[in-house]
Amino acid sequence: MKTPTFKSRLKTPSDLGLVAVQPSAPLLLLVAISTLARCEIGGVFKRLATLGCLLTALLIFNQPLVAQEQTAAEPFAQALELLRQGSMQEREQAIEQLSGDMRSLSLLQALQDGKLFDFKAQSKLVIAQEIDTGYSLTDPLNGTALPNVERSEVGKINLNNKLRGNIRKIVGQLQLNAPNASVRLAAVKAMNTDIDEKALALLKSHLTNESDEAVKQAIQKILLLQDLNSSDKALRIAAIEALKDLDSQDVVNTLQVIIDKDADGNYLESDSDVRNLAEAALIKIRERMQAYAAVETVFFGLSLGAVLVLAAIGLAITFGVMGIINMAHGELMMLGAYTTYVMQQLLPNHLGTALILSIPMAFLVAALVGIAIERGIIRFLYGRPLETLLATFGVSLFLQQSVRSIFSPLNRSVSTPEWMSGSWQINDFLSLTWNRFYILIFCLLVFTALLQILKRTKLGLEVRAVAQNRGMARAMGIPTARVDALTFGLGSGIAGVAGVALSQITNVGPNLGQAYIVDSFMVVVFGGVGNLFGTLVAGFTLGIANKVLEPYAGAVLAKILVLVFIILFIQKRPRGLFPQKGRAAES
Amino acid sequence: MQKPNNPFRKLVMSAALSTLLFASTTPANAEDTIKVGVLHSLSGTMAISETTLKDTMLMLIDEQNKKGGLLGKKLEAVVVDPASNWPLFAEKARELITKDKVASIFGCWTSVSRKSVLPVIEELNSILFYPVQYEGEESSKNVFYTGAAPNQQAIPAVDYLMNDLKVQRWVLAGTDYVYPRTTNKILEAYLKAKGVAAKDIMINYTPFGHSDWQSIVSDIKKFGSTGKKTAVVSTINGDANVPFYKELGNQGISAEKIPVVAFSVGEEELSGMDTKPLVGHLAAWNYFMSVDTTKNAAFIQQWKDYIKNPKRVTNDPMEAHYIGFNMWVKAVEKAGTTDADAVQKALIGVEFPNLSGGVAKMLPNHHISKPVLIGEIQGDGQFVTVWQTNKVIDGDAWSDFLPDSKPIIADWTAPISCGNYNTKTKKCSGQNY
Repeated sequence: MKTPTFKSRLKTPSDLGLVAVQPSAPLLLLVAISTLARCEIGGVFKRLATLGCLLTALLIFNQPLVAQEQTAAEPFAQALELLRQGSMQEREQAIEQLSGDMRSLSLLQALQDGKLFDFKAQSKLVIAQEIDTGYSLTDPLNGTALPNVERSEVGKINLNNKLRGNIRKIVGQLQLNAPNASVRLAAVKAMNTDIDEKALALLKSHLTNESDEAVKQAIQKILLLQDLNSSDKALRIAAIEALKDLDSQDVVNTLQVIIDKDADGNYLESDSDVRNLAEAALIKIRERMQAYAAVETVFFGLSLGAVLVLAAIGLAITFGVMGIINMAHGELMMLGAYTTYVMQQLLPNHLGTALILSIPMAFLVAALVGIAIERGIIRFLYGRPLETLLATFGVSLFLQQSVRSIFSPLNRSVSTPEWMSGSWQINDFLSLTWNRFYILIFCLLVFTALLQILKRTKLGLEVRAVAQNRGMARAMGIPTARVDALTFGLGSGIAGVAGVALSQITNVGPNLGQAYIVDSFMVVVFGGVGNLFGTLVAGFTLGIANKVLEPYAGAVLAKILVLVFIILFIQKRPRGLFPQKGRAAES
Repeated sequence: MQKPNNPFRKLVMSAALSTLLFASTTPANAEDTIKVGVLHSLSGTMAISETTLKDTMLMLIDEQNKKGGLLGKKLEAVVVDPASNWPLFAEKARELITKDKVASIFGCWTSVSRKSVLPVIEELNSILFYPVQYEGEESSKNVFYTGAAPNQQAIPAVDYLMNDLKVQRWVLAGTDYVYPRTTNKILEAYLKAKGVAAKDIMINYTPFGHSDWQSIVSDIKKFGSTGKKTAVVSTINGDANVPFYKELGNQGISAEKIPVVAFSVGEEELSGMDTKPLVGHLAAWNYFMSVDTTKNAAFIQQWKDYIKNPKRVTNDPMEAHYIGFNMWVKAVEKAGTTDADAVQKALIGVEFPNLSGGVAKMLPNHHISKPVLIGEIQGDGQFVTVWQTNKVIDGDAWSDFLPDSKPIIADWTAPISCGNYNTKTKKCSGQNY
């Protein structure tokens, strides 16, 4: 079987004509070194080739050669060439070679971020930034800007996980002297794993010059962890004392090793004082871990709840206030998500702006479709819930298949802007993901806005009036048909807005809506039909209940348990958590 | 990725296409064509994966017709839409065989759809080519499995993680249905046989389309933070992968710390994902679009020309259909007829080159031999091969790592002629598949 190979392998030094410089040719060595020393990186290959020819010619003239790899000839340029078109193993060597050289910092960083490209026409490495028409290039070594190129003119330098790990460590070592404290902190953290003697010495010497407190602490932690391996008992005890107040996974792992036994049942740590101390420290840290885990579970629950509330809140209006069983509610969310996709296609380089602009756009699109559904179908079916259910189910299938025909049945990729990815790392045991955090806030904002619309605007007043008593409202001069259309449009628009949020956490595809329709009805019914606050409380309750159960019961069983609970609850209180009171509710 | 421009032209085109398809099912010229059934969902949940395979089949049949057809006759595709509805698969299969009289069927994706078609196809004695990697523990006289068996995907992937990445702790995460459950059972037995302790294996199942991965990813993070190298072996089904990888990325689990090796994420799925959080994670397949062979380059070009979209990708199940179809053509030519029994017999031993290297051979157990490749996901949605077997691996229907199926083999040649033959008791179980 053929191994996939890179089409063009690097020419070895001997191919280039660079061969061993014999001791009998000191003059040549001098020539080579002086020429190379004057070499600028840009033209290095041209010069190497000429020099190579010269060398070969002279050497052939002098004596037969002993083929022997030579590495002294500008290893830096050679490493760059290996990196550009070598195999993965060759790239690994190249990166190793680059490690000692400050010149390679920006290059390695670009490589790590996937921004290092091979500029095929000039056979050189460039840093490329994607722009509308292709790529804008900069030289990785001196930072000068180069002319823009088309996409096909450059090829990305690929990496594998091993190389990424190596680069991270090397960049860490090189960045230890960076002016920015947060960069230094990241650098120290990158060096944390599998630390070797060299890196340790580097950290020790750096500690004395370090001014930033957080960086100091990080370095001290690494040094203390190393102290635990020392042969001096006092040093080990002091280290445990100092470490026991840190919330760090590394500390837990290292302390765990101290109290573990080996295969023969002997303790790995021979001294019982150290062992007892380590055990006590571990218990303390574990207590804190549990508290953090509880906070995390609540956050997970709230964020799941926020998604449920967002999905359900539009339905709380169409189903809760108007009493329409709208099976196409999920598809309106899907439309909102597809609007986000289209907006991102229109503004490919401004993902964040596109996302924010998607919110009003999605509202508009979904609201218009909602009004069309109400005017076209639902208004003929008021008071006939079963027919409404079937008709809107038909609409949902129609919308799904339309999206399949227009956008293809494949999922569409919606990107997450930079400020929404990653997490807020509080310590090793607790981190809150940004996208969930934003969605939680977004959910509360949408909820407040909706509440204000219903409470303080004319439309809200009319909606409430029509919901309470349609006949009486009409008698008072409220145009009920228009209010119905607008209310349904409002509910649908909110569903569209929910779709924008969903596009950030799940698939954007034709089936997006189906995944949420059952949950949405569940939340509205549990919260009490016709009560917005009920929907909010119900969403968060179900979210937290789900997340509390999940670690014990597993995701599948947790969902089942929540459903069983709701069935029992509805048996006891058919009108949900917050039932509507008054005569209107009884009808 | 298709741009959403001129949507109405697309609508009209798809309408026209479906009319055409309907027209083609009328048995006007039944005598001088050989019919080939294409049984893939074009609507519903599975349309996302199966529509591409339908197009692949149409392309292959089209090409065979350009070469002059088969046995002097033109091939004719009969496309039906089982709509991701498992019982409908059986109904449509019956319709294809009895009404349209197709010579063979290419179709199904999920194991449950295959299980649904099995009784029909055995009762009516037809031929089904099944192109997707699956859990094994099956070998029917009438089904030819061109996708990977567990020993051609899952086991080599675990070997790679264990030997090359020195993984010591294992998370087996899957969607809750037959393929992940069986595969994980096999993997768990395999890992334990290799000396992995039970406390170093975490098994987790989630419902279809699961989208809230916060707690599970947080658990994986804790499980993987003990200092021992941890990896996730994911049998998570298509759709649920996007939120899973997003959550991994957001919680700061990079591929360097905890690599995830997936068995259901291919180029096609990646084209619908934001690939940023996935870079560096692994997938095990028998084919990657990035494999650099002349055959593959030609196939990719043919596909892009046929589908008239230079951005479309190729994937593993497409290659499986490519191999399966060509094997069928060879077998029909060898047998000189499309008669099911003769073709079934002729198929065993047929060889055809894989796009990813080596030669695929139809084995007596109705599985084929394939190379196994492990690739790392790149930012452009393609894979870079980081490891591959040095020869083709024969598909094994009955896993050797499950005690119950260890003594069982499948061999459809005389004298055994059985898909479920116990080598200890020397008996063929009554079960056909």
